[in-house]
Amino acid sequence: MTTKYEALTGAEAAALAMKQINPDVVAVYPITPQTPIVMKFSEYVANGEVDTEMVRVESEHSAMSATVGAAGAGARAMTATAANGLALMWEIVYIAASTRLPIVMGLVNRALSGPINIHCDHSDSMGARDSGWIQIYSENAQEVYDNYFMALRIAEHKDVLLPVMVCQDGFITSHSVENVLPLEDAQVKKFIGKKNFKGLLTSEKPYTIGPLDLQDYYMEHKMQQHDAMKHVIPVIEKIQKEYAETFDRKYEIIEEYRTDDADMVIVGMSSVMGTVKDVIDMMREEGIKVGAVKPRLFRPFPAEKIKNVLSKFKAIIILDRSDSFGSFPPLYGEILASFFAAEKKPYIKSFIHGLGGRDTNVEMIKEVISELQKLRDTGESNFTIDYLGVR
Amino acid sequence: MIEIRLHGRGGQGAVKAAEILAKAAFYDGKIVQSFPFFGVERRGAPVQAFTRISDDPIRVHSYIYEPDVLIVLDPTLVGAEGIDIIEGIKDNGKIVINSTKDPSDFEFHNKNGVQVYTVDATAIALKFHLGSASAPIVNTAIVGAIAKVTGLVSIDAVKKAIIDTIPRYKEENAAAAEDTFNNVK
Repeated sequence: MTTKYEALTGAEAAALAMKQINPDVVAVYPITPQTPIVMKFSEYVANGEVDTEMVRVESEHSAMSATVGAAGAGARAMTATAANGLALMWEIVYIAASTRLPIVMGLVNRALSGPINIHCDHSDSMGARDSGWIQIYSENAQEVYDNYFMALRIAEHKDVLLPVMVCQDGFITSHSVENVLPLEDAQVKKFIGKKNFKGLLTSEKPYTIGPLDLQDYYMEHKMQQHDAMKHVIPVIEKIQKEYAETFDRKYEIIEEYRTDDADMVIVGMSSVMGTVKDVIDMMREEGIKVGAVKPRLFRPFPAEKIKNVLSKFKAIIILDRSDSFGSFPPLYGEILASFFAAEKKPYIKSFIHGLGGRDTNVEMIKEVISELQKLRDTGESNFTIDYLGVR
Repeated sequence: MIEIRLHGRGGQGAVKAAEILAKAAFYDGKIVQSFPFFGVERRGAPVQAFTRISDDPIRVHSYIYEPDVLIVLDPTLVGAEGIDIIEGIKDNGKIVINSTKDPSDFEFHNKNGVQVYTVDATAIALKFHLGSASAPIVNTAIVGAIAKVTGLVSIDAVKKAIIDTIPRYKEENAAAAEDTFNNVK
């Protein structure tokens, strides 16, 4: 590897990845709640460092519409948004997936307001979990960067053809400067290759995209979406393996940390897992056998894998950075469902943390580990849901 | 790992100061992390920013509660109602304050080994026409003082980080950092 480290924010890392992908079209709404991903990428456009046609539209709804239109015409099309921006895209987010368009969208995870809040949680993307998009969650700026290239390959894979959201934590990752090791432009170009997706709007074989589709065929099309999702996990595994072999950067669908001899683990996604790893190291010094499990993929949910990984332990606590009011928090609920048919089940408990940017710090994770020990020893708090760090 | 917490008011550039500090340490070959604490985004409101500098990978993603180094961009934040600016400062920690006062004027100087350093970053910022008299931008000036007092980053790296980070008046900002580097008490 001949490249050098750079000091980049998560948003800058995303923009750099986009620059190296050099997409045909990027359609964005350029005002709040837009993120520095687009601010930085528009600099590349202005400086002529990319060939991208940047379409600045009047709303996020139009941003996703223009991205869908471009992708439908066969362009490599990308966009980026956050929080309420994603909410405003809503209708077209579903259409992008059901039309099977391989769009890659950077999502900076931020709270969907009420009361007004601009800070990190996963309520925006979790709301879109049933929209038919693949969702990848990134722990830090390096992961954000690497995920973009793999996401593009996954989206455009002939067995998949689905849009992908590359999620990173708002402010905590997006505005945090970290050491990032980029790839060379030529390496990226070779890895992502030429787009093999010709688009639907071709003159050789004319199609109509997204026409009226009622009682007669709608369910058949939905079933195709359902089936496409089944192809995703093997494709991701193949692409992650190729990425590791090519660049010596190993990513797993489910990352395990110090689980070999652990009898209990914390499960969670994105930036908090960095803090969790540090606290696990501290607890290990005291002889406490705790580990961490980080799913990087939430849609499709790797249920079988998660069951296999987690059934080794006596107790697990799941950290969710969003709530599902009146039901189970998203990650917790998925994991419960994954275990329903299992013979061997660990004690399981949920903590909701970090809503609206509330800092999840070392002390809180120590508290989680102390709860985890109690859960392992007594099972008393099995199946309970609590908020972490509230007054 | 060294943890640095910066306190300022919206508009003074505390967030950029944290970023410049991180980038400077990065140019010196360190592993860094820097991030802002945005609360209510308005001019004059208290803001915080954080920088971590380490020889090993930095994984923790949380605020800094027990800083080794504390930076105060606005002297009116010291003793201000509702903010305990020095909360959590480690024993033998260092505090750099933008102030015309002497270090000994601050009651926490020399307590538990904590050392206070002062520099009139406001005057230096104005000397280089950074911001206006009512709203001077002191971030680049203060970073020069941090470099001198802590030795965590070299002044050359600070100047390079300023040139790379600040969009306008690059040379003036770099000169302000050099000025405080030479004048911190």
